[in-house]
Amino acid sequence: MSEDIWILGIHMTKFGKHPDKDTLDLASEAVMGALADGGVTMKDIGVMGAGNLMGGAGGIGQMLQKQVGQTGIPVYNVANACATGATALRVAAMAVKAGEVDCGLAVGVEKLAGAGLLAGGSRADDAKTWTPKGRQGAVAPLDGRVGTDTMPGVFAQIGMEYGHRYGGTSFELFARISEKNHSHSTLNPLASYQKKMSLEEIMNDVMIAYPNTRPMCSANCDGAAAAVVVSDSKLKKLSAEQRRRAVKISASILTTDPWEDACQVLPNVNTLTRNAARQAYEQASVGPEDLDLVELHDCFATAELVHYDNLMLCEEGGAVDFFNSGAPWRDGKTPVNVSGGLESKGHPISATGIANIWEVCTHLRGEGGARQIEGAKVGLAHVIGLGNACGVHILEKAA
Amino acid sequence: MADQIPLVDYLVLGDSPHLVARECEQCGSRYFGRRNACAACFGTEFKTVRIPDEGTLETFTIVAQAAPGVPVPFVSGVVDVDGTAVRANVVNVEPSPDKVTMGMKLRLTTFPIGVDEAGVEAISFGYEPVG
Repeated sequence: MSEDIWILGIHMTKFGKHPDKDTLDLASEAVMGALADGGVTMKDIGVMGAGNLMGGAGGIGQMLQKQVGQTGIPVYNVANACATGATALRVAAMAVKAGEVDCGLAVGVEKLAGAGLLAGGSRADDAKTWTPKGRQGAVAPLDGRVGTDTMPGVFAQIGMEYGHRYGGTSFELFARISEKNHSHSTLNPLASYQKKMSLEEIMNDVMIAYPNTRPMCSANCDGAAAAVVVSDSKLKKLSAEQRRRAVKISASILTTDPWEDACQVLPNVNTLTRNAARQAYEQASVGPEDLDLVELHDCFATAELVHYDNLMLCEEGGAVDFFNSGAPWRDGKTPVNVSGGLESKGHPISATGIANIWEVCTHLRGEGGARQIEGAKVGLAHVIGLGNACGVHILEKAA
Repeated sequence: MADQIPLVDYLVLGDSPHLVARECEQCGSRYFGRRNACAACFGTEFKTVRIPDEGTLETFTIVAQAAPGVPVPFVSGVVDVDGTAVRANVVNVEPSPDKVTMGMKLRLTTFPIGVDEAGVEAISFGYEPVG
């Protein structure tokens, strides 16, 4: 049995528009914030996991070191779509767990404010002559001709499929999920949007891909998040205050899709999430009923619904009843996305898989201010990177 | 009709246009497009099988915002054809949640999408409501 791993320091920048800060400014702010929060410096860090998908230039970790501290440690630049941040954290945690280092750093950053559709946002012109290309011998771009490549459309189909299988879904139900997250964000000063939206406003907003209207889609924004992880033996040597605020990583899991019929036709975000959740609950020796709060990957309102079920917050097929019972509201049985979620807090892709852990840690430390979930002791953070990768972390308050 | 080409290589044109899948000889898993190996059983032998023309709609969305050049709104969906899932547009139906319904019966249809500089017409496919 290897020793426990702890989050010693963690930081999330304000999410939103940062026209006067570039990718490195945001990442530096997150890293220096996490180091200060943990009471350590770059000198203590033995390994770094770093993620940035849209910045263009490679080697985000090395570029960042050149701003915040070059000590010659290994950097792992990782990419796993929207699960990039969680992947960076897992790299640092695995290195600590393996005993190679006793302190590691993970960071994710993105500049996305003002971006439109990320996938399916542009389509190449048809060629002058039809020539078969690629693995399906396509003579022309397929987006819009053979289904949709857009994320709002893909995740709309995922939510609609759940409704077809179990019943009870409607345009209004999905909009109500979004209403919850926009309402939650009013208490989060770091959220991109902190504006309550009525059901009517949400349903009457611009339709992107039925049933997802604009406020039911994740908000493109700028932001970064970083975390410092340490081994149990290192933590024991630190101050009482550092030990008090440390958050235990009770489970750290990353999964991909096991093959199933149709999984290469429409992404199946269910099976790998269910597998990750099952492994995480087992590793942490906790059950869904023990969770005081959950930050899950609501990249679209239609996605949040299916993950109630995938994370086993409800019985199989019971996600609609779970939502209608009021359970995922902040005063409900299992508060979900009290940060405002991706729909309102925002979704700077590579930052998201650490930002959701920051949110959970903030509550476990009792530092959530107006949005504090009182007495929170155990929380779960989940991300999905389409392709697919699923990260699930279970976090526990220091005893 | 010689100067036609299918949009994708798993669409077979002719008197009775249809789709074909690559089926793993070892475990029967089906795929569209070129394969290196079977993702389910790692086998490397495949045969080509014909996919029936009729199926049911398992899920859909009505895409209202898409890349410039993509006509919207359109219906994107997944059709279950006798146990094989096919990604396609649902066509010849009003793109409205009142008209497109889960489980609706659909049939393969083909249509031209344009003629290139060499005079070759590309043929695409979609699924349309039956009856």
